[in-house]
Amino acid sequence: MLQKAAARLLSRPTVAAASSAAATMLTKHRPFSTDLAAAPTLDQTFVEAWRKVVPNLDPPKTPLSFLKPRPPVPSSIPPKLTVNFYLPYSSELSGKEVDMVIVPATTGQMGVLPGHVGTIAELKPGVLSVHEGNDVTKYFVSSGFAFIHPNSVTDIIAVEAVPIDRIDSSQVQKGLVEFTHKLNSASTDYEKAEAQIAVDVYSALNSALTG
Amino acid sequence: MAMAALKREGKRFAPLISPNPINVLRSSLLPSQEETSLSVRYISTQIVRNRMKSVKNIQKITKAMKMVAASKLRQIQSKAENSRGLWQPFTALLGDTPSIDVKKTVVITISSDKGLCGGINSTSVKISRAVHKLNSGPDKEASYVILGEKAKVQLIRDSKKDIELTMTELQKNPLNYTQISVLADDILKNVQFDALKIVFNKFNSVVSFIPTLTTVLSPEIVERETEAGGKLGALDSYEIEGGETKSEILQNLTEFQFSCVMFNAVMENACSEQGARMSAMDSSSRNAGEMLDRLTLTYNRTRQASITTELIEIISGASALEG
Repeated sequence: MLQKAAARLLSRPTVAAASSAAATMLTKHRPFSTDLAAAPTLDQTFVEAWRKVVPNLDPPKTPLSFLKPRPPVPSSIPPKLTVNFYLPYSSELSGKEVDMVIVPATTGQMGVLPGHVGTIAELKPGVLSVHEGNDVTKYFVSSGFAFIHPNSVTDIIAVEAVPIDRIDSSQVQKGLVEFTHKLNSASTDYEKAEAQIAVDVYSALNSALTG
Repeated sequence: MAMAALKREGKRFAPLISPNPINVLRSSLLPSQEETSLSVRYISTQIVRNRMKSVKNIQKITKAMKMVAASKLRQIQSKAENSRGLWQPFTALLGDTPSIDVKKTVVITISSDKGLCGGINSTSVKISRAVHKLNSGPDKEASYVILGEKAKVQLIRDSKKDIELTMTELQKNPLNYTQISVLADDILKNVQFDALKIVFNKFNSVVSFIPTLTTVLSPEIVERETEAGGKLGALDSYEIEGGETKSEILQNLTEFQFSCVMFNAVMENACSEQGARMSAMDSSSRNAGEMLDRLTLTYNRTRQASITTELIEIISGASALEG
């Protein structure tokens, strides 16, 4: 078995050497990574317009070239949901396959299952829970957006998120009292809005810890 | 014996007189050379020694700068790589439309504050100028928002009237999302735009930086494009969760997209700056090392030549006395 494998390994370079052009040999046996790209990586109209105006400079790359390819909309409902949870400082979850996520949308907790219709949801401060089999991971997210794509991929982008067990309840109570007080004594509209936002966040934190 | 030594020295003098790689050195030291009719006196070793000392100091400084840039790069690279997930969902949802036709484009150029970082700032400025040109025409106009001192200096020379806003000293405190979102808010409040084009250098590796152009559209243009169909046509099929209207959510969405994309762009550019500085300082120290080698050779030659000349004078004087 090993000998056969060794023989195969040895035969490959000789086959390669036997063929005439070196360049074509390489592409026949080892495709370059660029050959495998299926999704469009360049906006052709942009490149052409660029070349007309500035022929001497190479056109800059656009995010299309760096985008990870997304799966197309499947015909039947897939068994699992793919979740991407991004924060400015880390990608908490990237391409994780889960059963369900519950996102804190502005209209309330929204459950997302595979095959959910495409939705754009704005998030309010609240609890995000990720259900995988019997494990439930809960995060408190500050706010952000959730995109649910028809191909059962969900993107959640938030500004800040902490796992629930890292929140200190005494600080939450203190903050809630302080900002309720500030809200009542606020004079300008701006201060009122600030205090209102803080009160919302702290009450959401409170309910997250208790509920 | 002395004649042989003289002949040998004659051969060694020739390189000093003929054109050679240390031409520059010679031209700067020319005043100290004395030329007699028959032979050439040499550069004083003192001058060469001073030059060697200064080149050695430069080498030390550039090596230190390289180490500093390497450590800063390490710190910021992990943060930049973590922020890479941030823009992907937006491009997946809204697509990427760099060739969109709008009336008012704002080109946001991201550059560094400090110099000595290779050619990345010039590249960014060249690309911004080209994007500006692409988007200027009879019924459309473009303007600049500049982040960073280096691009400001370059663009203020010929496009002063097109600059709307400049921001410098971004990296006084370590970059964070709050700072960038305040910046983004500033830009959104003070600048009218239909499309924002952000020009920055994406960090690919320590030696490679890719100039990149990201587009962020205003909510009105997004609506226009969804109605027109095409790339953003699929956006209509998405339901809006919540009681708000589509345009309200689009407003928040584009503002959030702008701040996320800016954050990623600024982090990547900072990484590229440190990486470019590392490689610039590295080649600079290497050049200084080579220069030092050549100077050392010159110094040794000069020293030996002066010793030999002394010896010759003594010997010929002594032999003349003997008769």
